[in-house]
Amino acid sequence: MSDPHRDRLLALGAPIFLVGLWELAIRTGVLDARFFPPPSLVILTFWRLLTDGTLAAHTAASVTRVLAGFAIGAAAGLAAGLALGTVRSLRVALEPTISALYVIPKVAILPLVMLIFGLGEASKIAIIAIATFFIVVINTTAAVVGVEPLYIEAGRAFGARRLQMFAHIILPGALPAIFTGMRLALGTALIVIIAAEFVAAKDGIGYFIWFAWNTLRPEEMFAGFIVIGALGMLSYEVVRRIGRRVMPWLEDDRPRGGRVDHG
Amino acid sequence: MSAKIIVSDVTKIYPGQGRPVVALDRVSLKVPEGEFVCIVGPSGCGKSTLLRILAGLVPCSSGTAAIAGGDRGKPLHSLVFQEYAIFPWKTVLQNVAFGLQMRGVARPEREATACEWIGRVGLSEFTDAYPRQLSGGMRQRVGIARAFANDPEVLLMDEPLGALDAQTRLILMDELLHLWEADRKTVVYVTHDIEEAILLGDRVVLMTARPGRLKAEFTVPFTRPRGIEVMGDPAFAGLSYQIWEALRDEAIAAMGPRA
Repeated sequence: MSDPHRDRLLALGAPIFLVGLWELAIRTGVLDARFFPPPSLVILTFWRLLTDGTLAAHTAASVTRVLAGFAIGAAAGLAAGLALGTVRSLRVALEPTISALYVIPKVAILPLVMLIFGLGEASKIAIIAIATFFIVVINTTAAVVGVEPLYIEAGRAFGARRLQMFAHIILPGALPAIFTGMRLALGTALIVIIAAEFVAAKDGIGYFIWFAWNTLRPEEMFAGFIVIGALGMLSYEVVRRIGRRVMPWLEDDRPRGGRVDHG
Repeated sequence: MSAKIIVSDVTKIYPGQGRPVVALDRVSLKVPEGEFVCIVGPSGCGKSTLLRILAGLVPCSSGTAAIAGGDRGKPLHSLVFQEYAIFPWKTVLQNVAFGLQMRGVARPEREATACEWIGRVGLSEFTDAYPRQLSGGMRQRVGIARAFANDPEVLLMDEPLGALDAQTRLILMDELLHLWEADRKTVVYVTHDIEEAILLGDRVVLMTARPGRLKAEFTVPFTRPRGIEVMGDPAFAGLSYQIWEALRDEAIAAMGPRA
């Protein structure tokens, strides 16, 4: 039996309960406060950093890099994926190479990217663009190839020509899977920017967390984690909303009581 | 009467792994203008292949299949597939207007035509709905309207009711009958359901199990306009049994050797 009120209570109550347990564990000395600052201190620190503008400045730096890199990588990945998905010989020629390059962890090539693009903003934007590109190109190619053949046959039966076929059948048919790729890419971009800022930046949330570790302020690290979590949730929601706007024919994929989220 | 469709000696061989598969073996068929022909056969007998050859979606290996064109700029044929072949990303209106849009018919004109057909299949309330908001039977009404709205010389239907439940199927058969009787286009209708074929068709053509050949044909004696009530006629049951007798061996052959 699913009761929406009870479900909501559980969904909200469980994390509050866990945070309470955490606080209790520190107060009773079960957890070491030097590594696990109590939630109360984390919240106070978070509030201080929020009101004095520290978090805003670092967040803005990270978000700018992510957006710039994502825009470049997603646009290139989308164009390349549509081309690869439509032209078979192109796919045969390039797919193995792309798959091989895709599995290289993007953080591993950061030194090379810095060598090429220097220590400034360009290298951070480039590494995000690279990470985004591979995920988007692979998902877009698969999306185009995976368009239900029955729709293509129906298009042909009603006389759709090449360009009409692309605009009316291939593109809308592939869009849901393309969006899944975008969502994955944005999530990965957030991971990559944090890692890149650990080693190669003077601002950004990654840098902020690294700096807190260097100066032994775990409560500030935790404040940084909260920002990353919020950014992750926000980006997921933004992509989901854009997706619903662009694909009004799809069912709402927001998880609801008693329903499974397929997103 | 002039023949609208002439299929002569059509053979279709699929290369297949190792051994080529003969889907159609020297099939010849003439369909006069305005006739509703049903092709019945066991599954995998190549009846859908024949329809796809007529629709120009699949080339035949030898022989010819031709549809006589009219004088106006009408398309030669429109296909009705099973219900899930309507586009989920298009509204009912956009789906029904699709063929006209592909032919470059201006928007106001194609939407007016589409709306008229949406009305005729009883979906006016759902003009702007997406397929996921419709039941299976409603979706197939969209598929049928999409083909009729295109105003082709010939309608080709590939088991259009095959995926629907028995009751919805009866309702749609009756509707299809009335839609068709309004302008009596030439129809080639593929089905594996004998009763569906007798109810709808002027003539029932029987195909053999693979390789598909024409085995027998039956003329349906019921007068037009006809409705679902002919199913209660003793002659209906008689013809139905007669066709089944001819079909049974083929259906068993299509199932493969008994274990």
